[in-house]
Order: sequence, then structure tokens, then C-alpha cells
Amino acid sequence: MKDAFGSPQSLLLLGGTSGIGLATARRLIARRVRTVWLAGRPSPALEAAAVSLRELGADARTVPFDALEPEGHEAALGKVFAEGDVDLVLLAFGVLGDQSQDETDPLAAVRVAQTNYTGAVSAGLICARELQAQGHGSLVVLSSVAGERARRANFIYGSSKAGLDAFTQGLGDALYGTGVHVMVVRPGFVRTRMTAGLTEAPLATEPEAVAEAIERGLLRRSETVWVPGALRLVMSALRHAPRPLFRRLPM
Amino acid sequence: MSADTTTGPAPLPHRAEGAPTDGPPADGLSPDGSSPGGPSADGSSTAGSSPDGPTVNGSPTDGSPADGSPAGADPLSADHRSADPQEGDWLPVTGWGRTAPTVARVLRPRDRDELVAAVRDRAAPGAGRGFIARGLGRAYGDAAQNAGGTVLDLTGLARVRSLDARAGRVVCEAGTSLHRLTRMLLPLGWFVPVTPGTRQVTVGGAIAADIHGKNHHVSGSFGRHLDAFELLTADGGIRTVRPGSDLFDATTGGMGLTGAVLSATLRLLPVETSLMRVDTERARDLDDLMARLTATDHHYRYSVAWIDLLARGAATGRAVLTRGDHAPLDALPRRARRAPLAFRPGAPLPAAPRFLPDGLLNRTTVGAFNELWYRRAPRRRTGALQRLGSFFHPLDGLPHWNRVYGRGGFVQYQFVVPYGREETLRRVVRRIARRGCPSFLAVLKRFGESDPGWLSFPRPGWTLALDVPAGLPGLGAFLDELDEEVAGAGGRVYLAKDARLRPELLAAMYPRLADFRALRAELDPHAVFASDLARRLGI
Repeated sequence: MKDAFGSPQSLLLLGGTSGIGLATARRLIARRVRTVWLAGRPSPALEAAAVSLRELGADARTVPFDALEPEGHEAALGKVFAEGDVDLVLLAFGVLGDQSQDETDPLAAVRVAQTNYTGAVSAGLICARELQAQGHGSLVVLSSVAGERARRANFIYGSSKAGLDAFTQGLGDALYGTGVHVMVVRPGFVRTRMTAGLTEAPLATEPEAVAEAIERGLLRRSETVWVPGALRLVMSALRHAPRPLFRRLPM
Repeated sequence: MSADTTTGPAPLPHRAEGAPTDGPPADGLSPDGSSPGGPSADGSSTAGSSPDGPTVNGSPTDGSPADGSPAGADPLSADHRSADPQEGDWLPVTGWGRTAPTVARVLRPRDRDELVAAVRDRAAPGAGRGFIARGLGRAYGDAAQNAGGTVLDLTGLARVRSLDARAGRVVCEAGTSLHRLTRMLLPLGWFVPVTPGTRQVTVGGAIAADIHGKNHHVSGSFGRHLDAFELLTADGGIRTVRPGSDLFDATTGGMGLTGAVLSATLRLLPVETSLMRVDTERARDLDDLMARLTATDHHYRYSVAWIDLLARGAATGRAVLTRGDHAPLDALPRRARRAPLAFRPGAPLPAAPRFLPDGLLNRTTVGAFNELWYRRAPRRRTGALQRLGSFFHPLDGLPHWNRVYGRGGFVQYQFVVPYGREETLRRVVRRIARRGCPSFLAVLKRFGESDPGWLSFPRPGWTLALDVPAGLPGLGAFLDELDEEVAGAGGRVYLAKDARLRPELLAAMYPRLADFRALRAELDPHAVFASDLARRLGI
């Protein structure tokens, strides 16, 4: 159960090696989290992540999960919920892709879309149903500012996040009043493995900052969280920029 | 709670509309004219019947229309918003602190047969997640919540079965409020033996939390005044439970986890008048306060100190002591002697509005309030006559006062540390003062002997209770640190107020926890009675 401050006791991390996801797990383990499920493709990295959380005192377990194989989601996630209540589901998986490459390789582009969007739709719906049966819990979905307005430089990734973002908002409305809290998190450029080697965007931030924002959002039962908060204003301006101007912006 | 039954196509079945319920409104404050043995007119929370509007509270969904679910799409939503009281409504539920809402099927049995049938019905939606009884929703935390399961609103079971006006014994159903008992009994010269800071609690809740009042140092907790109670247990059976049995000790203070109390036999306190004779004095700091309480508490039946936790430096812990007893007949002025037992609670203020912003209670506003409260209290005044309501239940004058904390809600922190560990108390008070927790009306009291309840809170020592807005940054970690101090000193926190204790500390604070768990494992192996509190703390 979450406590009065929204601190969960159990966490299901979809995308068990996600930098932001693990930073959040570490932060929440310092509070009340004792049980962590790391869902991801079986790999040494996933096991290492579980070991690192166990060292912090959590009972961390891994569960095989592949966003690209939605047929297996029901079984994998059903097993987790059958073991006990999950107070927080953090949907943190996603791939950036390589925009210039993917533009010439439609199948690679589709994989980005399937991972970030359709994979999340399937996992999100299953988790939503299970949380609803519990009568409590939070579903936190990592979206991105890239989904707020598609840019020339990464519109394949951006469009997948736009879909995910819209899906999550709708899901949040659908679950309103069921005891399940749905929160969209829109980070800007976060220095993680996914963005290693890329040129940093302004207002770049760390996974720990996103984790902190998530914890605060749980306390306030927020529905939308921007990281850093200033991005809300920046993106609001960009969203309203006329196309001819937006196209010319150096982004 | 509105009971709309519209259905609409929704991609995901909605289970609940409206808003978290945090207990029926203080509708009991209106005259009810009920008579002994008659059917209850107050305390009932049947849909839409309360004069104070729906009993919902705590989120911006208040009063929103229902848009239900296609029946059958989800086993949990199939019975949403049914007109049949046996089916119940899926509603968000919170405690009085309005934090951590969870959704449960709220059932309002109208009599004990309906209640027993509900608990025996293993096929009902959500039955797998158990049942918890709920009264007027005054527990601050998640004690009367049951996510995904059933919350049994027992305020419909409020009949007073019998009253022995000669011996001072009353037999009443679990949902009877102390307000109703007071209203009924006071004119007959009897008073409830233990009353907390509000009359808006039920007898069942009083047993489950083994509540205490300002007379704990003399009279102990609620359970001490029970001859017996009837308990509906997990097997669907009804047992008569008497003091001295394990089941009695597990149930008094057991937070409703041994079963649902159906009725209780309560021994009453004889009084000559409905007024209180009160001594008020100020204490300039914590040491002064503790010295005064230690020296003269035993002269008074009722004793409590309001403490200003925002005062710092030399004034840290300054306080106003109010202590007294029921006024004897000869203490009343001649005019008042004509109707010495008339109970006049006074008209309550209008209820606090539903939507108040967070942050209304901050260091500045609460600091100013505390300053004023301290200054306007007389330095020393003895023998003042006070109405019973204003002495015991000042907050009942403002229905829904919990809304003042805004939608973020608040946390009440109450702990006790044993005598001999005063240093811990001093340190905790200093830390709270230094941190500047905007807490108004923090209360310090000395407890007397413990009662046998295994999870009963009171034990000999000093108890401090304070309210803090839940949104205060870093509050969770700060209270965890205080817990460590309290547990280290052999103290404990009060489960009826808890919404945030670290589960690992529970066994240290409640040494009989293992016995409680063992009894529950035997009595209720499948957790037919369960609550959010029990899940969170692993009780």
C-alpha cells in the first residue's frame, strides 16, 4: 500500500534496465519500497540491476518481458500481480532509434514505434486492469517532451512518444475514480545510456532529477509532470510556434 | 453519496465515481429526538439522506456524475452503483486525514442479518480482498479502508437495544455514535465513560481503536468499560466476547481485524450535571508544563494540555492546561439547577467548504493562531463552568474541519513514550519546533495504566498528538526519524491515526504483535477481515 505521502511499498519496473527507472527504484527503496520486479529481456544487465537493488535492501526479482512481443505480456505481468499487490507500475521502456538511419529503414522505424507505443499500449492496459482490481496503485508512464511537438530531428521517436502520451492521458481519464492514479512524466534531455553520445539539448537533466520529480508527483497525486519544470513553459511556447518558424528553429 | 446509475461505453470499466468518502458528515449534530430503543435517526449515511449533502470529500471529483461500466466487463465493476444495498457502491475511500484514497465496495447493511449475509457471501465481487468495518470515518489513516475489497459502513446499525438507567449500562449496536449516546444518556444522568476529541465516533470504532480520552490517567481506555460485545468473525459466526479472553484483548485495539463488532454492553459514568468545572492555566515552556502535569494531574478526572509547537527558544513547549471534572449540582448557579442535565451542544458552524487550497495552514497562519490562543488563555482560572461540548469536543463545532488542510490532506502523528523517558519527549518537541511544522492544537497528555488490548495504544507515559499538512516537503523522512526516537525509548505510535509508519517498526512498538498475528491466523486464516492498514503494515 502507498502511505500518506504516496510512497509505494512495491514497484514493477517495465524496462528493468532503464536508467531513469532504476534511479527511481533506488530513490523509492530509500523510502518504503521493499519489493521490486524488474521486467525486461533476460540479460546480464537485467540481473546486474537486480543485484544492485538487492544491495540496497530490496527484494528484487526479474521477470522476462519483451515490449515487442505483446502476446507474452499477459502471462508475464499476470504472474507478477498474482504474487501480490503492486503499488507502483513504472513504464520506463523505450528506444530512441537512429533517426537518419531509420528514415531509410522503415522496418527499423516500425520497431521504434512498436516498442515505444504499441508495446506500451499492451502492457499499460494489462497493468491498468490489474491495478483496478486491487483498487489502488499508480501507473507512471515515461513520455517525453519529444512527443509534445514532433521535430525534424527525431520525429520517429517523437511520434511514438506522442502516441504513448495521448494513450496515457486517456487511460488516466478512463481510470479516474477507480483508485488507480495515472501520471505522465515528460522529461527533456536526460543523461542516460539511451542518450549517450548525443549532443545535449538545453535544460538537460539527470535520471535522479526525474526520480525526484516522480516521487513528488506521487505525493501530490499529479497527473502530468515535466522535468525540469521549466520545460512546461518552453514547450508551451514551442507548441504554439507557427510551422514556418518552428521548422527554422535550430533543433 | 449520490447514487446515479447511468452507464456509458468506456474502454475500461469505471468502478467508482464521485470522490473519496471520509465518513458521513457530522449530521448527528442536528437534533434527532431519538429515544432509547428506538430506531436511529442520526449516524445513518444512506445515500442522499444526510442533510449535509453527500459524504464525499477529498478530491476534485466531488459530486461528479457517475458514468458507470458495462456490466460484466469486469467482475469488479459488474455491480457498480446498484440500487440494492446488498450490492454496494464502488467508491474511493479515505480516512479523516484525506490521504491515500483507495476504492472499495461500500456496503451499508441496515441490520445485522444483512451484515452477516454480506460477510458470508464468498461469491460477492471483491470478496477475495476481504471486509473491514467502518463507522463515522474518524480514523485519520487507512484503518477503515480496504482497496479492492469491501468496506462495511455500519452506521446503519445504530439501535440502542436496552438501557439500564439504574445501574448505568447500555447495550447498543456498533454503529451507534457517542454523540447519540451522549444526547440520550446525559439527561438521564449518565455519561459515556471515555470520549475522544469528537463525539462523531461509533462504539464499534471505539472498541477497534480502544480509544482514550482526557481521563485516561484515571479511567483507562474504552475497552475497560465494556461488559461484553458481540463479534462477527471470519467464519460467519457470532461470538459473545467478554473481558479476560484472548479474543477480547485482540479485538480491543485490534483495528477491526478480528471481525466486525455487532453490539456492545457499556458501563456508564454517573454525572449530576451536563456542565464541566474547569481549571485553566498557562505553562511558559515544556519543563514548566511537565512539572505542572506531573504534580497535579491526579486531582482531576480530565486533563489535557494544548501545546504550541511553533514556539521556539525559551518558549519551546509553552502550553495551556485545561483540566476539570463534571460539575456537581451545587456548583451550578441557581438558574442552571433547574435543568442541570440539559445537553446543549450548541449549533455547529457551517461545514468547511469542499474545496480549499493547500497551504492555508502554514507557519504564518498557524503561528498567529497559536500565539492568539496562548495569549487569550487566562494565566490561571479555576472553577469556570463550561459546556460539555466545548470542553471535550471543540472541533465538533466545525463540521468537516479536515477540509481546512486542502486536497493534499494531513497526517496526524500521535506517539507515547514511557515515564522515565522524558528526555525523548523533550528532544522530539524541540525537533518539531525547530523544523517549524505548522501544527495547531497539538496536545500533550499523561497516560495512566495500560489496558490489556494487544494492539491497544495507551501505555503509561507521555503522549503527544499533532496535525501536519501531508504536503510539507520532507515530512515523511522527518516523521520516520521521530519514530526511531519513539521506538528506541520503548514508545509507540497510535494505529488509529497512522498513515505512514515504517512497517519494520511495528513489532518493536507493539510487543504483543506476534500473539495478535497468531490469533488472527487461526481465527481468520484467509484474511476475510482485511484493511489497507493491515496490508501496509503487514499486521
